[in-house]
Amino acid sequence: METLPTVWFCAVALLWIGYLFLEGFDLGVGMLMKLFARNDGERRVLLNTVGPVWDGNEVWLITAAGATFAAFPRWYASLFSGLYLPLTLTLVALIFRAVAFEYRGKIASPRWTAAWDWAIALGSFFAAFCVGALLALTTTGLPLDANGDRVGGPFAWFSGYAVLGGAAVVGFALVHALAFLALKTDGEIRTRAHLAFRRWMPLGILPLVAWVVAIQLRSGNWWTWTLTAVAAVAATAAWALAQRGSEGRAFLLMAIFLTAGAAGIFGAVYPVVLPSTLDPANSLTVATASSSAYTLGVMSVVALIGLPLVLAYQSWTYWVFRKRVALGSIPAAHNVVPAFLTRLVTGREAPEPQTGA
Amino acid sequence: MDALEIARWQFGITTVYHFMMVPLTIGLGLVVAVMQTIWFRTRRPEYLRMTKFWGKLFLINFIMGVATGLVQEFQFGMAWSEYSRFVGDVFGAPLAMEALLAFFVESTFLGLWIFGWKLLRPGLHLTALWCAVVGSAISAYFIIVANSWMQHPVGVTVVNGHPVMTDAWAVFTNNTALVAVPHTLLGSLGVAGAFLLGISWYHLWQRRRDGIDTVGPDGRVVPGENPELPGRDRTDHRVWLRSLRIGAVVAMLSFAGTAVTGDIQGKLMFVQQPMKMAAAEAACHDGTSFSVLSVGDVGSKDCSNVSAVIEIPGLLSFLAHGDFTTNVKGVNSLIPQYQAQYGTNLPDNPIYGDRAGEAIQDVPVMEVTYWGFRMMIGFGGVAALAAAVALYLTRKGTVPRARWLMRLAVLGILAPFGANAAGWIFTEMGRQPFVVAPNPSMAGSFDQVFMFTAAAVSPGVSAGELLTSLIVFCVVYASLMVVEVRLLWRYTRGGVASAMPELAEKHDDGEHKQSDDVLAFAY
Repeated sequence: METLPTVWFCAVALLWIGYLFLEGFDLGVGMLMKLFARNDGERRVLLNTVGPVWDGNEVWLITAAGATFAAFPRWYASLFSGLYLPLTLTLVALIFRAVAFEYRGKIASPRWTAAWDWAIALGSFFAAFCVGALLALTTTGLPLDANGDRVGGPFAWFSGYAVLGGAAVVGFALVHALAFLALKTDGEIRTRAHLAFRRWMPLGILPLVAWVVAIQLRSGNWWTWTLTAVAAVAATAAWALAQRGSEGRAFLLMAIFLTAGAAGIFGAVYPVVLPSTLDPANSLTVATASSSAYTLGVMSVVALIGLPLVLAYQSWTYWVFRKRVALGSIPAAHNVVPAFLTRLVTGREAPEPQTGA
Repeated sequence: MDALEIARWQFGITTVYHFMMVPLTIGLGLVVAVMQTIWFRTRRPEYLRMTKFWGKLFLINFIMGVATGLVQEFQFGMAWSEYSRFVGDVFGAPLAMEALLAFFVESTFLGLWIFGWKLLRPGLHLTALWCAVVGSAISAYFIIVANSWMQHPVGVTVVNGHPVMTDAWAVFTNNTALVAVPHTLLGSLGVAGAFLLGISWYHLWQRRRDGIDTVGPDGRVVPGENPELPGRDRTDHRVWLRSLRIGAVVAMLSFAGTAVTGDIQGKLMFVQQPMKMAAAEAACHDGTSFSVLSVGDVGSKDCSNVSAVIEIPGLLSFLAHGDFTTNVKGVNSLIPQYQAQYGTNLPDNPIYGDRAGEAIQDVPVMEVTYWGFRMMIGFGGVAALAAAVALYLTRKGTVPRARWLMRLAVLGILAPFGANAAGWIFTEMGRQPFVVAPNPSMAGSFDQVFMFTAAAVSPGVSAGELLTSLIVFCVVYASLMVVEVRLLWRYTRGGVASAMPELAEKHDDGEHKQSDDVLAFAY
């Protein structure tokens, strides 16, 4: 067994789990902008529960990709080139979503905000779905030749697992976001989020459970089955506690469910990082895909210093913004007008018509 | 066009576009942090207003840099899988470190700054901004370390045909990077400087046009105020005048700094990539003269009909070696040298696809390198000169009433953007035909590393896929550029009140009171 590549496989898995846990709820909140919020006020409440933190959450994705590149260049190259079109869609979704978060409130016009609401909701949906598909396919395989290149057309990657993985992340993100909203909002939204979580949670996690079990049936072992059992217990407990109104514990148990379930998946596929569906000999493993021991050593030192720091200040951020957001805490929408708008007063020509003014 | 050409266009377009936002983020972030620091120290109201206004424009721009940066992190694997496989052992590390040590800091602390105006103590709130600014500088360092390794590979040995990192210290202190980092950071400051200058000029001009500011008999400004217009008081005048002067000084310092670092970088490049520098000069023959204007087909392979119309004797030697007499090798004498070292034809390897066995184009596209080099210097110089003129014209406290001057100042915002883009296009195109340029100090050594761009593209990805994404990115980027510029313009026209709604609200007691439950800022 190769120690450093294995350590880095665990690190990459950890980064993906961190991403799914953190961005999971802001992707879900993004989708809920259209599925849950009833009016502009509610949409702004939703947006502001994740406002200060979504960008930091997204860096987990960049770091997961970067760490994969650094530690397993062949895994990064084969997976990302193999899924060329889905990743293009992911990027477009993430671009629109990011810009929409920042721009939506910048102009107080109903058309403007409505357009960006769609960008947030659809961007979140497609990003969640494609990331799920990518993760599912790296556990179930792509048609790779001996060089690690995809064989077949632009859609040769497609399989039922892609859909299952996509649905798993979308479903999880939705119910995870409901649990998050119950924890982070106040007033009617909190109640409704709580009720919706109780109702939809079993359905929302179903595809993720199916994916976990499918992987265990393919290549599970005693300890990954144990993790799966832990995930199942956590999910059941989260649901049961939600029935009794424990928002905080339910959210925490969702985290345990995700961590144990995803760790079970990564554990079961180990040491393979990207199977080839054409020939097992073409599959990439932690040993064949990894960088040199020296590079991994350097990266380990940096990660040992950097990751605890990241965890510390990100946790602190959540503590700073721990207050619940309610309709009453949202300031009035602010419309930007040119500084010379009241030129009329100063006796010059009439101002230009302003949209939304 | 084949897959390789489409992939190159895509990388070029998405990267140049990304680098429209990045220098403004780096430069403006630093300027805003300094403004808030002055406000924190002195409590002078104009500095709070400056922080808020420029901070708002900073954020509108910042998010576009973040969004388009994602594409950069993904497309090495997506479109350049062979490249990723070849260099991954060295090149991936700085990218991962950039994410871990810079992006997390930048995004987390910027979130704290945006939403933390009421939640954090003022000192802590200011520290959050400084952390984000330092984060963006660290990110510049790591990405340039990665790029510099492509320009000048160091710290590796070759194992099974692949470079393997053996000396991380050498990679992270690559002399190519150590001069490129300050050069890039200073270039970013130039963008911020012209941005401040142009927009402040516009507002000072508008205050004069609207009769708020007048000019006394001695030519000095008499700041006034118009209570009907939100934020148009005497403090407002100081906001724009100070911003303008800060912008002008920053733009001039930036140019001076880029000239010094650029000179060091140039001397280094004459050693590390002589062909790039010869192509930058369209210098076909060995010589000592710097070409101010060359005509003819500068793109021709053998340089047969390039002739220099205006030349400055000795200057090229000075740029390359610091004296006026040392001969600098031209393209014609470099070609045989490159052919001897790196071959005349691409190897017969399936990795090269249809291009296997093709003759190697040792000379980069000279129209691009020649004009890219001159546009970089020219745009930078124009911006610095304009900044000096602006300082002189505003010495009495406001801008002239001429509308065309105002338009010129606003248009001038583009110059440093042009300089930055031209510089990067020059250095990346000048590295061709290599994606990883050979390190000449290792010529002939077993451990010498280089890679032709033709070998770097993803073999499994079709031209159709690449074309699809190229079109998608172009459409998305173009639309978002329109949106961003319109939003920037809207907030610019709104003046300080666009970033401080409280200025537009009238309070009988002059105090702005709000319930503690209401967020200081919300999306």
